[in-house]
Amino acid sequence: MTALAEREIRTPAGVSPVTMAAALNRALADALRDDETVLVFGEDVAALGGVFRVTDGLAAAFGEARVFDTPLAESGIVGTAIGMAMNGLRPVVEMQFDAFAYPAFEQITSHLAKLRNRTRGRVGLPIVIRIPYGGGIGGVEHHCDSSEAYYTHTAGLRVVTPATPGDAYALLRQAIDCPDPVIFLEPKRRYWSKETTVLDHTASVIDRAAVRRPGTDVTLIAYGGTLGTALDAAAEAQENGHSVEVIDLRSLSPFDDDTVTASVRRTGRAVVVHEASRFCGYGAEVAARLSEQCFHYLEAPVLRVTGFDIPYPPPHLEQHHLPSVDRILDAIDRLQWCETSTMKAAG
Amino acid sequence: MTAVTGAVPSRAKRRRLLPTKTPLALLGTDGQPVHSTDLDMPGDDVLVRLHRQMVLGRRFDTQATALTKQGRLAVYPSARGQEAGEIGAVAALRPQDWLFPTYRDSMAVVARGVDPVEVLVLLRGDWHCGYDPYAHRVAPQCTPLATNAPHAVGVAHAARLKGEDTVALVMLGDGATSEGDTHTALNFAAVWNSPVVFFVQNNGYAISVPVAKQSAAPSLAHKGIGYGIPGMLVDGNDPAAVYAAVRRAVESAAGGAGPTLIEALTYRMEAHTNADDAARYRPEAEVRKWLARDPVTRIRQYLLDQGLVDAAALSALDAEAEEQAGELRRRMNTDTVPDPADLFRFVYAEPTPALRRQQQRLAAELEELRDEAGEVR
Repeated sequence: MTALAEREIRTPAGVSPVTMAAALNRALADALRDDETVLVFGEDVAALGGVFRVTDGLAAAFGEARVFDTPLAESGIVGTAIGMAMNGLRPVVEMQFDAFAYPAFEQITSHLAKLRNRTRGRVGLPIVIRIPYGGGIGGVEHHCDSSEAYYTHTAGLRVVTPATPGDAYALLRQAIDCPDPVIFLEPKRRYWSKETTVLDHTASVIDRAAVRRPGTDVTLIAYGGTLGTALDAAAEAQENGHSVEVIDLRSLSPFDDDTVTASVRRTGRAVVVHEASRFCGYGAEVAARLSEQCFHYLEAPVLRVTGFDIPYPPPHLEQHHLPSVDRILDAIDRLQWCETSTMKAAG
Repeated sequence: MTAVTGAVPSRAKRRRLLPTKTPLALLGTDGQPVHSTDLDMPGDDVLVRLHRQMVLGRRFDTQATALTKQGRLAVYPSARGQEAGEIGAVAALRPQDWLFPTYRDSMAVVARGVDPVEVLVLLRGDWHCGYDPYAHRVAPQCTPLATNAPHAVGVAHAARLKGEDTVALVMLGDGATSEGDTHTALNFAAVWNSPVVFFVQNNGYAISVPVAKQSAAPSLAHKGIGYGIPGMLVDGNDPAAVYAAVRRAVESAAGGAGPTLIEALTYRMEAHTNADDAARYRPEAEVRKWLARDPVTRIRQYLLDQGLVDAAALSALDAEAEEQAGELRRRMNTDTVPDPADLFRFVYAEPTPALRRQQQRLAAELEELRDEAGEVR
């Protein structure tokens, strides 16, 4: 049983568990119902309900004028969404898989991210691009990329990723309401994870990190697909005598410096966890920010537990690539405990 | 916001998809009318207006090129020689329609009613787009080729969903037809039956690369049939033909018959930009050949022959063009000081905390520089 699953025990009684895919579906349905300018389109999103069934039933409920299949061209999906947003609509588009979004990269980086700035705020683009991302589901090549750093490197985009069904609902509703374009990264391996929670989006979550587990000795910083692994590692570390705080970033851009630095200043140690490759990966930015903002509080270098610097592996080898509980525990062990105990004792 | 309701209507009717073998024309190179069964000669008032805007447009273009030599513009891609396409296409649009121009289409943007100084903000280097796209329904001039074509389809599709009578016209060049987004946009527009006009000005060269190295199709207008879109080939130096063809495409799109692809055959008389050397890739004889097909001369001759203008009207128009050019020179010959704080203002609807910190850092640096300069004095 994972630590995330354990959370269910603590949630209110009388509410039935919901999967992340179902929570996302509810968020889309509620947004379509509440705002007549919201549109949902992409490849296979209408009759099929999306390859992960996130858009299941929406075309039947809201009609094919508002929920529709497009020709198979991601650049066209994002490009036409930009035009629709220019003309007053709020498109929520689906890229079928992470690596299939690359044909839309020019539209995303040259137009979606820049149009508000180019026009001095006159043309805003309230568009959400939903992208199932990451591995851990036995997917073949081009279906398992963690492409977050491409988007977080681009000014003008917001990039968010939920790790729980409740957050998936709230984040998607707030992303759709957001006046800025949002890259909405959905961790595939969490689609069928369940949480017993009331789906609600009244509390602002879109640019806030969440402390998922409080602790005093180390801050583990994770997001999306690796949050579950981080929580499992934190539970095991507790048995080894380390109290681990786990932060779920949720918003990768903008970065919630306040929550993360407050935690690291308290614990003095930090490990960043992500599936994506290490070199110029998202963890590099987190580590750099922490060394800039928390240097005098740190007892050890900020470490990273990431995928290797390789193309995403085939299904039978992916377990070697993905951050594991053991690798996280190993990183925690390397955080210079002996030296700092001495230093702490010396005052 | 009107309710988004109703299914997308099916294609209203099938039309001829292949372009004609020879370019459609209404005015010969000598300004004599040409009989056409495909296009209707625009009314006299339209022709007089086209000529007027072409003369003003050419003078604007010449002035903009001159401003690069005076250092007032960083660069200017001239459309001299393409006045029939630039003006004819825009004149055929209705106020509720949208124009999606490229960097070479400053003349078209001005003809649509945008303040020329606002148009030149991009090339002066003060900001990326100087005008409000909603004011005249003109998208920012697009530099990455063909990437604005899907935007035009999106605007048009949204208009249909909202029940608005709006057509979007996207300007493309011959080189842009090789880009994937041209094909994506043609396909989306065809499948959705969107009210879009794809207006390709084939001016012979994509910077230095001739159209023969760009496409092996019989014409660029032939590319329409593969998507189920009618292609029209017109003489792009004939303003009457361009206007009539675009008008027909706009009316057809507005009537629910979907998109049209128009190829206007023309020629870029100047180099790609003031920074380019056209002598490296095209012979002078070719330029001379196209000089004889000049679009402004052609319509002027027709108007004179028909008695629609006289010498006095022509010199009055020239004087007006000179006056406008002088006014543009005067307004462009002032030093502008863009506000560095603007760098951070429009990235997001609300600047992020990190952007606010960066803005403060830049402000502090500038303050320090001012203090140092003060101490030196």
